[in-house]
Amino acid sequence: MENVNQNAQEFFKGLWKENPIFVSVLGMCPTLAVTNTAINSLAMGLATTFVLVCSSILVSALKSVIPKQVRITSYIIIIATFVTVVDFTLAAFTPDIHKELGAFIALIVVNCLILGRQEAFASKNSVGLSILDALGMSAGFSFALLCIGIPREILGSGSLFSFSLFGDKFEPWVVMILPPGGFFMLGFLLLIFNWYAQRRKAHG
Amino acid sequence: MSEENQHIEEQEPSSAKLVLALGIAGLLSGFVLVGTFLFTNPYIKANQQAAIERAILNVIPNCDSFSTLVLTKSGLEIKNTDNNEKEEADKEELLIYAGFNLQGGLIGFAIPGSEPGFQDVISSIYGYNNVNKTIIGFEVLESKETPGLGDKIIKDQDFQVNFKSLSVEPEIITVKKGEKENKNEVEAISGATISSKAIVRLLNKSIALWQPAIDQYVNDNNIEVTK
Repeated sequence: MENVNQNAQEFFKGLWKENPIFVSVLGMCPTLAVTNTAINSLAMGLATTFVLVCSSILVSALKSVIPKQVRITSYIIIIATFVTVVDFTLAAFTPDIHKELGAFIALIVVNCLILGRQEAFASKNSVGLSILDALGMSAGFSFALLCIGIPREILGSGSLFSFSLFGDKFEPWVVMILPPGGFFMLGFLLLIFNWYAQRRKAHG
Repeated sequence: MSEENQHIEEQEPSSAKLVLALGIAGLLSGFVLVGTFLFTNPYIKANQQAAIERAILNVIPNCDSFSTLVLTKSGLEIKNTDNNEKEEADKEELLIYAGFNLQGGLIGFAIPGSEPGFQDVISSIYGYNNVNKTIIGFEVLESKETPGLGDKIIKDQDFQVNFKSLSVEPEIITVKKGEKENKNEVEAISGATISSKAIVRLLNKSIALWQPAIDQYVNDNNIEVTK
């Protein structure tokens, strides 16, 4: 029973208690850059999920083989390999999304969320736990990207997943799909998140 | 003492081992990447080709088929599509496309061109009829212009209408919205003047570059261009 509990904990901590964006504030580059539409947020979330889960499996499985002195280099090789696979695959099968995300796919390599999980978790835990941790963290990351991307698209383009919501009468808030919109939305959500966390703490 | 030495040795693997570990990692990574590349490359190439074809048919109205022309020192020539030729570096070549209607008559040329815009280089393709000296269609292939403002050059219908029949003589100029009087004027998008002007600059430069080559090609080959 305790085992099941621990497994669940490793998964759910990424969603809420240790959410990579709202709590750890990791991976800000894609968070701000590609959340101008819901579909871009989703695509970036899925791409990061794939890379994080695959890297965690490999790093966890190879943790006894990889010499400590060159572990970071090895992690980066592993991560970069999966990122390039994602890059080619998106270009081949979803060229439109690939064009939208552009350089930010390649930049998943340096998303510190991914390297951080390898160093902090996958290199010290079993493959099973590492998968749960990676899935939880990716789900938390994707959830946070969507939390930013959905309101930005609704306010900035008047649409959701490219479906027009308000018709012609709506005047889009262009600033929301420009870079400042990302900062506004992220700041606003961090405010809510921290306010809620403090209130919970205060109420015991 | 000797025990302690051994302990330290265990902690510090030899350099050879470290190099080997990274070497193997790199090698495996290489296999995976080359495998993925070989698998996805045909799809990526096909996507690019399809995008170009779609754009050509879009910028030359009523276009049914097209052939690729390459600019050589002696002028425009129909590009050989032998496999040997394809292997050469495609990027260096200056290409345009001749569009034909259903009856096989030449109805215009599709010409790719690029020019720095507000944020980054705008790359585009436009249709050109060299008898009327008119631009007959225009499409942006790639741009990073400001979303909501500069990127209207792609979507804005009012702006696109400018290029349905735009005379290139004496040269194309931008005017404010609603002030178009002559056939060589383009109504700029309010809020995206720089992007609009970049498009006009692109077209003027590109026409100046290609006009002589196209005229020579049409004269040399005695091709009748349908109006």
